[in-house]
Amino acid sequence: MLRFLLRRVSLIIPTFIGVTFLSFLLIHLVPGDPVLARTGERGIAPERLALLRHEMGLDQPLWRQFVRYEGQVASGDLGRSVVTEEPVWREFITLFPATVELSVCAIALAILVGLPLGVLAASRRGTVYDYTLMGASVTGASMPIFWWGLMMILVFSVALGWTPVSGRISDEFFVQPVTGFMLVDSLFSDDAGAFRSAVSHLILPAIVLGTVPLATVARMTRSAMLEVLNEDYIRTARAKGLSRGRVVFIHALRNALIPVVTVIGLQTGALLGGAILTETIFSWPGVGHWLIEAIQRRDYPVVQGGVLLVAVLVMLVNLGVDLLYGVLNPRIRR
Amino acid sequence: MSNRTLAVACALAVALLAGGARAKTLVYCSEGSPENFNPMLNTTGTTFDANRPVYDRLIEFKPGTTELEPGLAESWEVSEDGKTIIFHLRHGVKWQANRSFTPTRDFNADDVLFSFDRQWKDANPYHKVSGGGYDYFNDMSFPKLLAAIDKSDDYTVKFTLNEPQTPFLADMAMDFSTIQSKEYADALLKAGKPELIDQEPIGTGPFEFVNYQKDATIRYRAFKDYWGPKPKIDVLVFAITKDPSVRLAKLRANECQIMPYPNPADLASIRSDPSLQLMQQPGLNIGYMSMNTQKKPFDDKRVRIAINMAIDKQAILDAVYQGAGQPAKNLIPPTMWAYNNDIKDFPHDPEQAKKLLAEAGLANGFDTDLWAMPVQRPYNPDARRIAELMQADLAKVGIRAKIVSYEWGEYRKRLQAGDHQMAQIGWTGDNGDPDNFFVPLAGCAAARPGGGNSAKWCNQDFDALVNKAATITNQDQRTALYKQAQVIMHQEAPFFLIAHSIVYMPMRKEVTGYVMSPLGGHLFNTVDLQ
Amino acid sequence: MATLDTVAAIAPAPAAPMPGSAKLFWRAFAVNRGAVLGLAIMLVIIATAALADLIAPHSPIEQFRDHFLTPPVWQHGGSMDFPLGTDDVGRDILSRLLYGARLSLLIGLVVVTLSLAAGTVLGLSAAFAGGTIDIAIMRLMDIVLVFPSLLLAIVVVAVLGPSLFNAMLAVAVVTLPNYTRLVRAAALSELAREYVTAARCAGAGPLRLMFDTVLPNCTAPLIVQASLGFSGAILDAAALGFLGLGAQPPTPEWGTMLAGALQFYQRAWWVLAFPGLSILVTVLAFNLFGDGLRDALDPKLKR
Repeated sequence: MLRFLLRRVSLIIPTFIGVTFLSFLLIHLVPGDPVLARTGERGIAPERLALLRHEMGLDQPLWRQFVRYEGQVASGDLGRSVVTEEPVWREFITLFPATVELSVCAIALAILVGLPLGVLAASRRGTVYDYTLMGASVTGASMPIFWWGLMMILVFSVALGWTPVSGRISDEFFVQPVTGFMLVDSLFSDDAGAFRSAVSHLILPAIVLGTVPLATVARMTRSAMLEVLNEDYIRTARAKGLSRGRVVFIHALRNALIPVVTVIGLQTGALLGGAILTETIFSWPGVGHWLIEAIQRRDYPVVQGGVLLVAVLVMLVNLGVDLLYGVLNPRIRR
Repeated sequence: MSNRTLAVACALAVALLAGGARAKTLVYCSEGSPENFNPMLNTTGTTFDANRPVYDRLIEFKPGTTELEPGLAESWEVSEDGKTIIFHLRHGVKWQANRSFTPTRDFNADDVLFSFDRQWKDANPYHKVSGGGYDYFNDMSFPKLLAAIDKSDDYTVKFTLNEPQTPFLADMAMDFSTIQSKEYADALLKAGKPELIDQEPIGTGPFEFVNYQKDATIRYRAFKDYWGPKPKIDVLVFAITKDPSVRLAKLRANECQIMPYPNPADLASIRSDPSLQLMQQPGLNIGYMSMNTQKKPFDDKRVRIAINMAIDKQAILDAVYQGAGQPAKNLIPPTMWAYNNDIKDFPHDPEQAKKLLAEAGLANGFDTDLWAMPVQRPYNPDARRIAELMQADLAKVGIRAKIVSYEWGEYRKRLQAGDHQMAQIGWTGDNGDPDNFFVPLAGCAAARPGGGNSAKWCNQDFDALVNKAATITNQDQRTALYKQAQVIMHQEAPFFLIAHSIVYMPMRKEVTGYVMSPLGGHLFNTVDLQ
Repeated sequence: MATLDTVAAIAPAPAAPMPGSAKLFWRAFAVNRGAVLGLAIMLVIIATAALADLIAPHSPIEQFRDHFLTPPVWQHGGSMDFPLGTDDVGRDILSRLLYGARLSLLIGLVVVTLSLAAGTVLGLSAAFAGGTIDIAIMRLMDIVLVFPSLLLAIVVVAVLGPSLFNAMLAVAVVTLPNYTRLVRAAALSELAREYVTAARCAGAGPLRLMFDTVLPNCTAPLIVQASLGFSGAILDAAALGFLGLGAQPPTPEWGTMLAGALQFYQRAWWVLAFPGLSILVTVLAFNLFGDGLRDALDPKLKR
């Protein structure tokens, strides 16, 4: 097990260097630079442009900038935003909990709803339940979520007025960010209404972001369950006279979970992509939103550092899934 | 401060802010996040808005006008030669406090010196703090203009200039002339955290900064020791909401009470909503399309006029501005004193346009590019849509236009270099003087590659008129010169002038006392909730 | 050529469909009613795209200056001339949607072709060359996979400049690893088979071995991946269009239409609802079809 772990971790290092290189290269290839992005119609005097570019080190050859950047990253310094002058790391840490909160709720929704639906569809295979559920789930998986989000706002917020339009909590509440997770912070605030407000703000974004994972989980669960239900040991269990429910939930589900867990883990990247769109639509102050804005402002340190952190996160989750898989399934641990 | 006191203070703050009924809270759905809390470092209106509650300047714009009134300076004297300005500072002005800083003295001359030295002098320990890009200070040529700033006594400061400059006093009311606390700066420097001065601001303004949750909310509370008229609300919240439709939805739901920059498309429904009111004001701006007069066939006046006649301006106003704009026939907006109302705009006349093109030897039309900004600007809500409308109109007279766009920084760079044939752009005035429009946008000096004259149009007669007008102080004489210049510009038609936008502020019916600034800023000192 | 006969005898059924196998395949495919429905919708969309010139009531870019934001025909103020209403500059939405179908099919086709071709070459090279080249290629794919694909596509488009083709290129780049991995895995498992060894012994060169011998036997998973990739490409390109990074107006691309509709959505729901619905239906059709294809082609997953 240790060797397996070491091998997996050693694979991460070249990927990591490649990721820093790619994120650095791409953002520097984008036309324009942070100095130009800041000037308005007034323009900027050529001398001052040259001076500012020099101060930011942008007049140096690209390779030298990259070497300098790698050195910084190696010493744990991701630099400062050229727009706000705040350390990239601190900005990330302030915004990250919002993204995590949204993503975790979306995934929780996907599991809590998708798993039972998948099991139901599998155990009622070929019935109208199965067809309806699978039809709904393939529709969910095909959903353009940016459009879905807007339609949800249009119906539930604008027309019906059931849910708030955007943000994480109603502005009348002032919640000290302790953990950064609004649900937790508001729960421990003195105001009883704060928690309710936070929950009501979270519902629509979580549903929108959770739609595709939910559909995927339901489908995966169904097919994994069908496969397991056909295995000999299930037939044996049934033959032994165990009840249908017991067989489905205790014996079959446990084994069907392995591929489902993997799929959930591998969805992290896609989930962060979806978070970019969801955060944009709901003005959710998270990391996805922040990165898009940084790209527009040519905020090099933020794009480089932010993309790097996101990529590292995806790598860690993938590693975690691999390890979990190794634990669950000893055969691949060679 | 011990942990215990800190906890008590926090609890107190929370109680004060979340306490509900007692605190009168105004929520402003702002359009974006501030870059930081120091207007010296920035050039965006969004950041200026977020700083105005906290800070004051020596001179202020009188609310709702571009006239000047005393701020932290009670009065000022300008010498005969215009090179020396003496400011007499206000006594008894208190600085705000926060958890790490409690002021021991009132505002005085040292603070003024610090605030300008910081931007001006390399030797100032704060010069490089927070990146040290003092764009406005540099753009307004202050390093060249300033000769010395001296403290005569604690309440008298003397500015010496290298040359007389009439707009200098107005510059003192602009956001980059904000006054920061030297005592706070020194304390932070000692603590080794100088950058906090631009993140946890201390000012003398009507509101104290409470906290900023990145990309979400900024909170302020009324400053009880403010030297001027006390604000009527207790708590001011900026709820950062980037999407205008979402801002409106929040306003409707009373999640905020006032918002800037509505979608033109929503104006009609705002007007008909009984719970909302809509304030409006002509903007100090112009949106236009430049034709590069140094490129064929735009070097031919007939072609430029033909294009002016081919494009249906009213359709653009109807479809894109949707009532949030007035058609432009001059480069300056009609609210300016030099506006020439005798100019008659070109009629929309495709037949005449075709004739002119035929005369110019272009009966079969021609191919051109047509640039559209990738971003929304105060003077132009949707350049791409306008380009689509223009494209359709131009096609009718045989001109085949291809819509082109670049990233916004790149766009301006290429435009100023003159890479385009036809390109949309615009301008927002800084101080209400016609000179601020004519010289940078249409003067010969700005027609050089890299200059802001995007038609690359240099007409000696026009140039002589506007340059002469800039040296005169008599306003009637200036008006006459500018009116003449506008006639020449109309005859030569280097631009297709689109519109001056109208700035709208939707708010709840309960909001009273809001005053719109002609310079585009948003202020809440005078606002009350019924 | 006795050796070659032996090869043929060992090789599994060639991938090229035989008369009987097409029928067999259809029977397997038709079991899945969803897949048949998907196929039917697909055919309708393809027909729409092909016949847009004939069936669209108006040009997709003609602006009717007297009809800004006309509602659909069944709503008060609607007009038979514009069955699904008009957008903010007076263009007929139905016509734009019909022409937009062309673009969506084009996007799917181009993206899938690009990533399939590049992925096949890279995957086969990795599988055949092994060693350093294999490691280098697969590491590179890992790196691309670590970025959330939409984020990477956004950056790529920012580099290249927003346009329909660049958006397609960006989507092709971010989906490349899927194809590469698939081809490599399939090729590796085929390489271990006896018929490949036999072909090798018969003196087949590496290129011939790659494209003539191994590739045809990896086609089943590739076809499935391509048909599912088709819908993914349409979805991703629409997302880029929505963010203003895809096709530029007045091109009637569905995602771009949504981006343009954004500021009107509270007032004119139709400019938002129909383009999104079109994307959904198209993607759904390709997904249903792809699922059916997988079930029919991959007997292991059938049942």
